[in-house]
Amino acid sequence: MSALVIRDLHKRFGTTEVLKGINLDIDSGDFTVLVGPSGCGKSTLLNIIAGLETASSGDIEIGGRLVNAIPPKDRDIAMVFQTYALYPSMTVRQNITFGMECRNVPKAAQNQAVERVAKLLQIEPLLARKPAQLSGGQRQRVAMGRALVRDPKLFLFDEPLSNLDAKLRVEMRMEIKQLHARIGTSIVYVTHDQIEAMTMATRIAVMHQGEVQQFADPDTVYNRPANLFVARFMGAPPMNTVMARIDAGAVVVGDIRLPAPEAAAAWQGREVVLGIRPECIAEPTRLFGDGSAPIVITAPVEMTEPTGAETIVVMRLGGEKVLGRVAPDTRLANGATARFAVDTRKLCLFDPQTERLIA
Amino acid sequence: MSPAAPAAARPPFASLKRLPEFLVIWVPLLISAGHVVTFALWTTWMSFTPSTLVPADGFVGLRNYNAVLATRNWKIAFDNLLLFGSGFVVLSLSAGLILAILLDQRIRGENVLRSIFLYPLAVSFVVTGTVWSWLLNPGIGIQKLVNDLGWTSFRFDWLIDRDMAIWTIVITAVWQSCGFAMALFLAGLRSVDGDLVKAAQIDGTGPVRIYRRVILPTLWPITITVAVIQLQFAITTFDLVRALTGGGPGIATQLPALVVYDFMFQRGNLGRGAAAAVLMLLVLLAVLLPHWTWRAIQNRRAARG
Repeated sequence: MSALVIRDLHKRFGTTEVLKGINLDIDSGDFTVLVGPSGCGKSTLLNIIAGLETASSGDIEIGGRLVNAIPPKDRDIAMVFQTYALYPSMTVRQNITFGMECRNVPKAAQNQAVERVAKLLQIEPLLARKPAQLSGGQRQRVAMGRALVRDPKLFLFDEPLSNLDAKLRVEMRMEIKQLHARIGTSIVYVTHDQIEAMTMATRIAVMHQGEVQQFADPDTVYNRPANLFVARFMGAPPMNTVMARIDAGAVVVGDIRLPAPEAAAAWQGREVVLGIRPECIAEPTRLFGDGSAPIVITAPVEMTEPTGAETIVVMRLGGEKVLGRVAPDTRLANGATARFAVDTRKLCLFDPQTERLIA
Repeated sequence: MSPAAPAAARPPFASLKRLPEFLVIWVPLLISAGHVVTFALWTTWMSFTPSTLVPADGFVGLRNYNAVLATRNWKIAFDNLLLFGSGFVVLSLSAGLILAILLDQRIRGENVLRSIFLYPLAVSFVVTGTVWSWLLNPGIGIQKLVNDLGWTSFRFDWLIDRDMAIWTIVITAVWQSCGFAMALFLAGLRSVDGDLVKAAQIDGTGPVRIYRRVILPTLWPITITVAVIQLQFAITTFDLVRALTGGGPGIATQLPALVVYDFMFQRGNLGRGAAAAVLMLLVLLAVLLPHWTWRAIQNRRAARG
């Protein structure tokens, strides 16, 4: 069953169209991440799902029920905000029970619900405190508690981790993922951080300029990006994209020939954009996947960036700057030409005009 | 540059460069503080002397105080201060808050309205008092206007009514200063995180409850600050009453500051005037000291995080 269906949704502010026909069908129990650069319309979309903003046209169904004209409180949703939006004058307990108080839930049931959520999130010692007395991570937990206590059909998260420091962000990322695994409720999660999207999502919707560029599972989005925008947005460092030519079953970049995927045959003799992930260019002794000897190329090294676990190599490929990821003990001299193994199974080819994935 | 060069090796005369800053800040501060403190001390001293028209030496203990406290003039002034102070502060805060909430609805022409509401603050109290004394004068003001429009039985003569005259001062003072309260409240409302309102909407709260439970509680610090400023103004009010009612009809709208003036300059009794002034100072301290203590506690709590 679908937890959330969005059909042909448009949103216009005056003459600017910020959402240009969004269609999404989110399965029950999915962890869907809406990811995109700032200004892509993802937060607007989330607000429209919540009912905090109205769409210019289009339909929204939550749990099989058309909710276009239903106010936020009756949509059976709960939301976690970027700024946490905890009521400053209330204690943690009151923050969590406020929604139930508004819905006239009996006091005993309220207390029971608070105990359950506090235990789940391990915030029992904080219940009597005010938000100002909490740390960032604790506030984050309370904000999630306020959402969880509702037991809704759909959770909405609006960049909930972007105000936390890097270390805490990683911890909370894991926790939210575990939480989802435990309670199993559908989540729509907005972020601009593609790593959050990759690590947490079961489905990713990449948004750009008011359109969904690709809606698929993380593996597909990462390995088979639907277009150049997705290719360049996902991954850190992102996918390398260089101009290439198809010639007799090979992708030709400068003087390098790589075996082309079969689907590229139709592009014989034409220009394409080759997309290749940095991790597909490694030190020459590397064996990829199936254990067969990889294709080895030579390229001039411009610079190296050791990160500890691996070293990022900036090299020239067909005159363009390309990144590779080699083992940290690989010795590379700046300016020298070095040999690299290439994983040709994961090459992507894009149409230079439409920027769409060809093969 | 040698690494051993002492960090304190500033160019000579560096502190001279900052001399203008010190002059500009400290000289006026010291002079005004000196004035205030000196005159406050001098007044306090005077209140214990038998001075009449001119300062005189000698010590009479609390005689001046007892005399002042025994006068009907002071009693009425003090009762009026309680009524005026509370009425003025409550009404001015409420009016300011209501205006701020209305302005906060993202209405068109907000800037113009805000300026209009703030404008009375730029008018001196004497001008406000004088203009309102015309407006409230039954013979030439609002009453006459309404009467001339045809409602001949309309009466609005609080200005000359012994019991109601104090309320004309309240009305005028509220008119003058509710814009100030509004400006501070509006700033407070604008600083409320928009996500709070969204969260409350999802929690299923109506606009009234959002204001009552979520937004207004965040305004407490502002409310207290505004209240203290207004109270301070209420206690020291002089020019407004002087221009509006002159303390009348009779002595119906006396306020402490007018009593001080009356003793010192009308009756030529410096000692009693000073005693009344010191009593005013005590009332003022009764308001300010708790406020300062509260602020200090707040600051310490904030520092502790």
